[in-house]
Amino acid sequence: MTLQRTRIAAARASSGAAAISLRGVVKRFGDFTAVDGLDLEVPTGVCLGLLGPNGAGKSTTMKMLTAQAIADEGEIEVLGFRVPRESKRARAAMGVVPQQDNLDEELTARENLEVFAHLYRVPRGARRQAVDDALEIAHLTGRQLTKVDDLSGGMRRRLLIARGLVHRPALVLLDEPTVGLDPQVRAELWGLIDGLRARGTTVLMSTHYIEEAERLADECALMSHGRVIARGSPADLVAEYAGDRVVEHYGPPDRLTEVERLARASGLPTRRTGPSVSVLKAETIPPSLEDELGPDGVRRAANLEDVFVVLTGERVE
Amino acid sequence: MTAQTERAPRLRRFEMAPVRGIWRHELALYKRYWKSQSFASMVEPTFFLLAFGYGFGSMVAVIGNYRYLDFVATGVVGTAALFTSVFPGMFNGYIRRVFQHTYDGMLAAPVDVHELVTGEALWIAAKSAVYSCTPIVVGMFFGLDPAPGMLLVPFVTFFTALGFGLFGMWTSSVVPSINSFDYVITGVVTPLFLIAGTFFPIDSLPDWAQKVSYLNPLYHCVELVRDAVFGLDPLADLGHLAGLIAFAALMWVIAVRGMRRRLIA
Repeated sequence: MTLQRTRIAAARASSGAAAISLRGVVKRFGDFTAVDGLDLEVPTGVCLGLLGPNGAGKSTTMKMLTAQAIADEGEIEVLGFRVPRESKRARAAMGVVPQQDNLDEELTARENLEVFAHLYRVPRGARRQAVDDALEIAHLTGRQLTKVDDLSGGMRRRLLIARGLVHRPALVLLDEPTVGLDPQVRAELWGLIDGLRARGTTVLMSTHYIEEAERLADECALMSHGRVIARGSPADLVAEYAGDRVVEHYGPPDRLTEVERLARASGLPTRRTGPSVSVLKAETIPPSLEDELGPDGVRRAANLEDVFVVLTGERVE
Repeated sequence: MTAQTERAPRLRRFEMAPVRGIWRHELALYKRYWKSQSFASMVEPTFFLLAFGYGFGSMVAVIGNYRYLDFVATGVVGTAALFTSVFPGMFNGYIRRVFQHTYDGMLAAPVDVHELVTGEALWIAAKSAVYSCTPIVVGMFFGLDPAPGMLLVPFVTFFTALGFGLFGMWTSSVVPSINSFDYVITGVVTPLFLIAGTFFPIDSLPDWAQKVSYLNPLYHCVELVRDAVFGLDPLADLGHLAGLIAFAALMWVIAVRGMRRRLIA
């Protein structure tokens, strides 16, 4: 039944409908507006990275897609189902990997998956195979009888991802999938997520790790103050907002302020990069300005982090 | 693909699949904890029974038409039903929601809050219904006469535990911190347990306290258990049963509402 539903969802989606669509969505918590007129479409089969600083509204958006938060305004559709009205059907066809580890520590890896195979309505006859497959995807076949409490941090996160895949969903929501993990473990999880994308699963992944988005996402949506402020492939975003190259100037605070003033006077974006100031779109620096800035600049390629900081501001509240 | 299969089967408003999933979770946990749970759930009422039965029983041989030990053996069934339902409802409800985020995980799957609450409460009630029969069994070793009506006792304790389990879940959605359960335990659970006609008949209480006990679901549980064991009084017993069911229904409504308020932003 679940497989059938997944196929139906996939078929519907491939007929042109977006896997996820949010229109004019607003979510307030008291006086605070967490999501403020959000418009977002996630085409089927795409891995979309939802980028933004803490408090931009990424997690709230994720919660609204599963109807664990109810929007105050706007329309949400997930796999063709209206949310929250038909959210149960949407939830049956998608998998969710939460930011916060909510595995049952007292149960084994296998038992955790079995519970969710039930909750996701995997038919009785297919349940054992579904759990075996999920264990294999997460490379945990050999640890299936280990209590979650005794698994390493990386294994736990793999299990958490596998739990959201046990019913082979057409769409997976990943909320900060690698937050707080070692670089080795993150790289390993990226392999796992890339495998999903290769299978044609639609992925919506929120992250504030730029590298993660650059490596995995076909497209990025940059969120700030509850709405999308830029959208495109990582390369396009970099080209549009940070250009090709960046020059970093080091020096005492007065010198940094001076560099900023000069660059901005010529209409070039800058950002603070710790002890230096980065002048973006360096390939467009006119020779006159280049003289004024001096020869001490260090050149590097522009990246998504430059875009992130330029668009979401130097300071994060 | 035909037009008919185009639309996925509608998921009903209330389904058994999530309830079975929740039971699968409980069963996996129970496999780990059945020994300690069974010890606590069966030995505690036995202590009450023996301490009061023998302690008081040496001074009060008979209450009404009952031997004191028989009176207590049937009464403590209610105590067992209360303790083995209200505490899991309170503590599991709170710990799984706030500390373990188990409920958040389940609600991201096709499980709605009312199904979650129902699944948890049914499990608590089923377990409690069985454990609460311990005092009757122990009582029989101390001279309580077996009666066919005893087979009704698990049904009585099921509805009682359903109500109190849901009451516990509701309080878990109301308290600001796990420490606030002290107020619930001392302020609500203890009085309920004392004025239910468990250890002494309520007609020995002042008039106002008697009236209060009529509102105590545990009193109706104890009365039903005694009648099941010593002889039914159909009209009164239907009244007691209706009271227990009404209590459970009311607790379901407020537990679902309370949990929804806490789990859905």
